[in-house]
Amino acid sequence: MSKLGLWGLKKSPWVYHLAAAPCNNCDIEILELLTPRYDVERFGVVLVGSPRHADALLVTGVINRKSLPRVLEVYEQAAKPCLVICIGSCTCNTHIFRNSYNVVGPYDKHLPVHAYIPGCPPKPEAMILGVVKALSKL
Amino acid sequence: MAGRRIVPIGPYHPLQEEPEFFKLVVEGEKVVDIEIHIGYNHRGHEFISPELTYDQVPFLVERICGICSNSHPMAAVMAVEDICNLEIPERAKYLRTIVHELERIHSHLLWVGLAGHFIGYNTVWMWAWKYREHVLEVFEMLVGNRNHYAMNKPGGVRHDLRPEMVKPIRDAMDLVEKKVWMLTKAVLDDPVILSRLEGVGILTRAQALAYSTTGPTSRGSGVPWDVRRDEPHAAYGLVDWNVICFPEGDVLAKTKVRMLEMIESVKIIRQCLDRIPEGPIEARIEEVPPGEGCGRTEAPRGEVFHYMRSDGTNRPLRHKVRAPSYMNIASNKVACVGGTIADAALTLAAVDPCYCCTERMAAFEDGRLKYTWNELLKLSWQKTERVRARMGR
Amino acid sequence: MREAESKLRERFPEADYHRHNENRLYIRVPRERLTDACRFLHQERGMRLCICTGIDTREGFEVLYHFSDDDSGGLYTLKVVVPKDDPQVDSQAGWFPSTDWIEREMHELLGIDFPGHPDMQPLLTSDTDWNPDWKPLRRDYERRAEKHGR
Repeated sequence: MSKLGLWGLKKSPWVYHLAAAPCNNCDIEILELLTPRYDVERFGVVLVGSPRHADALLVTGVINRKSLPRVLEVYEQAAKPCLVICIGSCTCNTHIFRNSYNVVGPYDKHLPVHAYIPGCPPKPEAMILGVVKALSKL
Repeated sequence: MAGRRIVPIGPYHPLQEEPEFFKLVVEGEKVVDIEIHIGYNHRGHEFISPELTYDQVPFLVERICGICSNSHPMAAVMAVEDICNLEIPERAKYLRTIVHELERIHSHLLWVGLAGHFIGYNTVWMWAWKYREHVLEVFEMLVGNRNHYAMNKPGGVRHDLRPEMVKPIRDAMDLVEKKVWMLTKAVLDDPVILSRLEGVGILTRAQALAYSTTGPTSRGSGVPWDVRRDEPHAAYGLVDWNVICFPEGDVLAKTKVRMLEMIESVKIIRQCLDRIPEGPIEARIEEVPPGEGCGRTEAPRGEVFHYMRSDGTNRPLRHKVRAPSYMNIASNKVACVGGTIADAALTLAAVDPCYCCTERMAAFEDGRLKYTWNELLKLSWQKTERVRARMGR
Repeated sequence: MREAESKLRERFPEADYHRHNENRLYIRVPRERLTDACRFLHQERGMRLCICTGIDTREGFEVLYHFSDDDSGGLYTLKVVVPKDDPQVDSQAGWFPSTDWIEREMHELLGIDFPGHPDMQPLLTSDTDWNPDWKPLRRDYERRAEKHGR
């Protein structure tokens, strides 16, 4: 990737929010980041409506059998390099749902993952920190 | 533009945060049928629950949904208490009520914000979510987490209210009340918003009864049922409050129900803080006898129903969960039909659907794809713009 | 609540009544009378269906229909027990739309048949990665993870 592109990515990461089979909690906290209290748009983080525009996928929730093909398709549509940032314990290790018949394992079994942000749900501050750390690895 | 077309919405789109999939069948601009596909969020709670002890079950059902994360554990422990025929201590009752009503406020504010976003009023979104933060702060102080509260346990509650917490809660309530009135007035005074909400997505009383809808969805259709009043649990029989009900059945009525319910919640919380007695916060359960019990409570979206069967061991034999959206989403089938596509996004959102709850539970298909959710949202925004221009605002 | 119970006893004398406490009444009805009982509770008494529950017990499959009488606060549960080798319960979805989804769900996760259901498709499970023979809520269901290739 060109130096300029990388600089652009780091300066203003566009994120796509992908909820596989979440409990809604991390998802709301992600939206919370956009609202006046945390307002990450001042750092250049923009929530975009299509994975094709995204630099990073913020994924939440366990993956289940019905959502797995859809999740993989969304990842395929995303422009590479694409960071996958796991938000919440469910994404990291399937949490309390590990014994369920419909859950097909954590994200790193199916996608390359760049950052894990555990917590149920992680605090918005932790999410910001996680995204920053993932970007600084690039 | 003759002929039927199919407009798929979902399963992944950026605004409604959860995966869901609707197929709207349209003729021109008019919606003539809708197919609802769920299952993208099915995690098998009813399967996991019998592997856990009664003490662990609340932590599992809490994670059904992050917004109703007090309603589900509360209904589950009420089912256990129903099996045992146990009465919990007074103080625990009041504490449950306080947390439950705080949850209602934050959930309704969340919905108001999203509804504003759907019709292109991002200001409403930002404002509503800004004031919602104050409620979350109260939660963090009261139970130590912003979202999953871990408040309920069979026989009582886990966290006590310390005296120094009372004042911050009252302050937050004063602020929320003031701002909710402001939002209510702003929404009801704006002719543009009114014309987008009024007469849209009507669910008649008969349809509400046939689909067994609950919560604000049915109270907006003139069905004055509220589990808090009809089967008084926790402290709801001990404080003074009103059931809000409007007969029109459109999105505006549902909005008004939610707005005014927040004011009622503030009222309930204030009374609870005034009247909360000293004493223990939990009753000890020695054993759960064989038998069956039902627990139900009024979540922000409607009635949460839990059924539990015990065989005398420390784990439930069967645990059935029914979340309000399970019934309410099915009613979209009739509410959406007859409207235009531009109104569909709003109508679908008007029941405050919670898929996480519903399911405990596309390859954006065929060449007939016409609108994505984004374009649908744009349609909705354009309609608002048109209305605005027509009214000269 | 008491008045509704006496009406029920009059109408369905063959049923088995069990009152758990003031607000909970469990009524075990024979399989053939289920539709009548549902119609009586919903159409004549104006009750709301909360949900149905399917349970796999030693005796057979139990299907519970929970009705809520919101005006008095009572909860009435109709209970039908069907043998495991003939798991069939008449569908109510034709006249009562709120039973539509839950009957599909019970069919899917527990394997109870509902003859007369207008649209018996899977509701929750995957269309690509699921074996229709798996019935996770049955007692004899293999709980080990290997079965599902996890």
